[in-house]
Amino acid sequence: MRLDREITCAQVVDLVTAYLEDVLDADDRERVEEHLVFCDGCSTYLDQIRQTIAVTGRLEPEDIPPALQDKLLAAFREWSPA
Amino acid sequence: MVAQPPLEERRLVDALRAGDESAFTRLVEEYGPAMLRVARMFVSSRAVAEEVVQEAWVGVLNGIGRFEGRSSLKTWIFRILTNTAKTRAVREGRSIPFSSLAGEDEEGGAVDADRFLGDDTRFPGHWAAPPQRWEAAPEGRLLAAETLEVLEREIAKLPANQAVVVTMRDVEGFDADDVCNALDISETNQRVLLHRARTKLRRALEEYMQ
Ligand SMILES: [Zn+2]
Repeated sequence: MRLDREITCAQVVDLVTAYLEDVLDADDRERVEEHLVFCDGCSTYLDQIRQTIAVTGRLEPEDIPPALQDKLLAAFREWSPA
Repeated sequence: MVAQPPLEERRLVDALRAGDESAFTRLVEEYGPAMLRVARMFVSSRAVAEEVVQEAWVGVLNGIGRFEGRSSLKTWIFRILTNTAKTRAVREGRSIPFSSLAGEDEEGGAVDADRFLGDDTRFPGHWAAPPQRWEAAPEGRLLAAETLEVLEREIAKLPANQAVVVTMRDVEGFDADDVCNALDISETNQRVLLHRARTKLRRALEEYMQ
């Protein structure tokens, strides 16, 4: 991807995942980073994406219900070569 | 060159092959909850998701003799899970396009276009309504149980392919390669699906935080 020297907020927002995944080429990453230095709206946006990822990571795992655990164990015993 | 699987993993695989029940229980404990959550994104109900998980474990047991360690055990297990879930989804009449992004939703930019200034302004493409910092919200709000419920509901509303990707990446902490391997999709598709999902989740949190 090649961006103009100056990029807009709308472009930064579109690139935010590529930026966080570190797949932008060096020039584009620099453009995004330069933009973030002076643009409060975009740095807030980037922070919020990071916060969103962090909160998503706090969702509780779903327990395996006991009935399913029993079924799995039964399947294992049926399969087991031992 | 193929990296050797970690010793711990090789031991588990050997134990499982030998019919060691505690190895099986450990794997179920470690991956079962994530499998259930991911399966839930493919199919219509929790009950069907449980059947998918059960079917996937039978697949794991039947295939473990052929597991070569070319991917990690975790990736391999989730590949079986997602293939099982995909098949089940198709049988339920839900086809979930992963390799083609076309038609799944037609959104343009990541954020509503009216948040940005138009072409007739001095700074087109710049924020008209910039996001407000969440730090201004009452302390702890972002981490409150209610916020997590907002996220759960929003994930449930996503197109299934986005829901699966964001669940694997951001809820369960898979890296991008693992997700591409498990779902058999390109890096670009994985990233686009993740981008769309995260964008909507941020927007849902924004509405809630205000
Ligand atoms: Zn900006």
